[in-house]
Amino acid sequence: MALTLEQVRHVATLARLALTPEEEQRFSTQLSAVLDAVAQLQSLDVEAVEPTSHATLAASLLREDVMRPSLPSEKSLANAPAKSGTSFAVPKIIE
Amino acid sequence: MQLTDLTMLELAAKLAGRTVSSEEATRACLERIRQVDPKVRAFLRVDEEGALAAARASDARRKAGSPASALDGVPLGLKDIFLTEGVETTAGSRILEGFVPPYDATVVRLLKEAGLPLVGKLNMDEFAMGSSNESSAYFPSHNPYDLSRTPGGSSGGSAAAVAAREVFGALGTDTGGSIRQPAAFTNTVGLKPTYGRVSRYGVIAYASSLDQPGPMARTVADTAALLQLIARHDAQDATSAAVEAPDYSADLEGGVRGLKLGVPREYFTEGMDPEVEASIRETLREYERLGATLVDVSLPHTKYALATYYLLAPAEASSNLARYDGIRYGQRAKDARGLKELYALTRERGFGPEVKRRIMLGTYALSAGYYDAYYLRAQKVRTLIREDFTKAFQQVDAVLSPTSPVPAFKLGEKVDDPLSMYLMDVFTLPCNLAGLPGLSVPCGFTKAGLPVGLQVLGRPFDEARLLRIARAFEREHDFFLRPAPLQG
Repeated sequence: MALTLEQVRHVATLARLALTPEEEQRFSTQLSAVLDAVAQLQSLDVEAVEPTSHATLAASLLREDVMRPSLPSEKSLANAPAKSGTSFAVPKIIE
Repeated sequence: MQLTDLTMLELAAKLAGRTVSSEEATRACLERIRQVDPKVRAFLRVDEEGALAAARASDARRKAGSPASALDGVPLGLKDIFLTEGVETTAGSRILEGFVPPYDATVVRLLKEAGLPLVGKLNMDEFAMGSSNESSAYFPSHNPYDLSRTPGGSSGGSAAAVAAREVFGALGTDTGGSIRQPAAFTNTVGLKPTYGRVSRYGVIAYASSLDQPGPMARTVADTAALLQLIARHDAQDATSAAVEAPDYSADLEGGVRGLKLGVPREYFTEGMDPEVEASIRETLREYERLGATLVDVSLPHTKYALATYYLLAPAEASSNLARYDGIRYGQRAKDARGLKELYALTRERGFGPEVKRRIMLGTYALSAGYYDAYYLRAQKVRTLIREDFTKAFQQVDAVLSPTSPVPAFKLGEKVDDPLSMYLMDVFTLPCNLAGLPGLSVPCGFTKAGLPVGLQVLGRPFDEARLLRIARAFEREHDFFLRPAPLQG
């Protein structure tokens, strides 16, 4: 299945990825080839098959609901590209 | 013989007998890295200070007669996907350049508690996406057995460092074969444990339902000893299995007499390298001589595994990698106007082509209108692949196959052809889809001197038996002794 440039741009927007025109072109070709290859799954009858999201887990494991110390804010902020006091700083989003 | 030529357990015996100190062993690794890593390029960064401090602490424990574990003092390397407190961790990506984790991954904590000096962080395909190390944002690693070739991926740096004897063992992660394929390419042993056997807490996520950390070493016994330290339930990881780990070394020499070993006909396909096939066939005959019975088995949905994997893994990756947005850690595009542009530009500049390709593929497969046709269908085919194995394991104790259809290929050979690169994983990834344990053990060399690996797959939590099967062959054919032809 061929992916149009318009579809590539739409998917890039959903994925929050800026792409150069060359990348749009390249991904259109490469992703179309991969989608052609995965199309073989359409030939299987899976109507009555249950999906597997995790291979070996029977049920989710739970732990006791008790308070534990979390990462202190100065450690959480240590890798922030920009910070303000005890917060992560981002560009202004409301004019 | 150099100190770095010892296996982990040989070194551990010398440490226990106090004929060698951990500091000496660690310095020997650091010296070996200085000698050979300019050619091999396995390390992204070496933590000389941290490793030597840990070695001296280990020597103090030995002196006091209270070693922390059987491998206390044995220097180890870590794939750069394991969060390591205070040591830059990048997952081979520019977007995480400069990121210094504020805590240790569970496995890193366990290794530190067991007293192993951690020598440094090993190169990898960016976010573990790749089969050759060429998608690392920094540089490709080289195969110590032929420097013009790849050591495999994505744990290629780990495999190369172990093969080049820069470290005694290493940890890797395996999402679609990323421990086993590089092990096969570098004459080392690599074990992908059962999903849930080893904690993923603090391991940078690629595809969460498939990722699994595991040990890489030069011998089966070393691999078992390393697994022993990291195989345990972790309350910090909701997918960690609450299954008690057995003593992996206890039955290592038990042999294969009486075992039924399955040979799946779908794994002997056209396109396989004839020397790889010949080597595997010879290995299978050896297992018969050793008293195992070979059983022809069928895994009929094998041919769908590649397509299933290349829908599920990118889908999970597109979600996992949404966190790299330039807000909390890593690189940020400084010149962006507004928040949306900041996200998009940060990701455009921070991610390499393979990562972008998989994010795009995964986002597409999960998007409205395509979810049922792609993602949900792939999850259902995953069930069929799993059931194939369940049926096979009613007949046999383990399944044997080549680890990779070809030996290590040349750097640059497949880099522009993603589909051909993806085909390299065709024998390894069904195991991840089914959540099974899998192991690669050296089983021969091609005429050109390139290693060949045998893959052993088993039932969930049956790692001990896989190790025993691999050990039975290793005892007869000590390929692991053949060093890489590196001039120090």
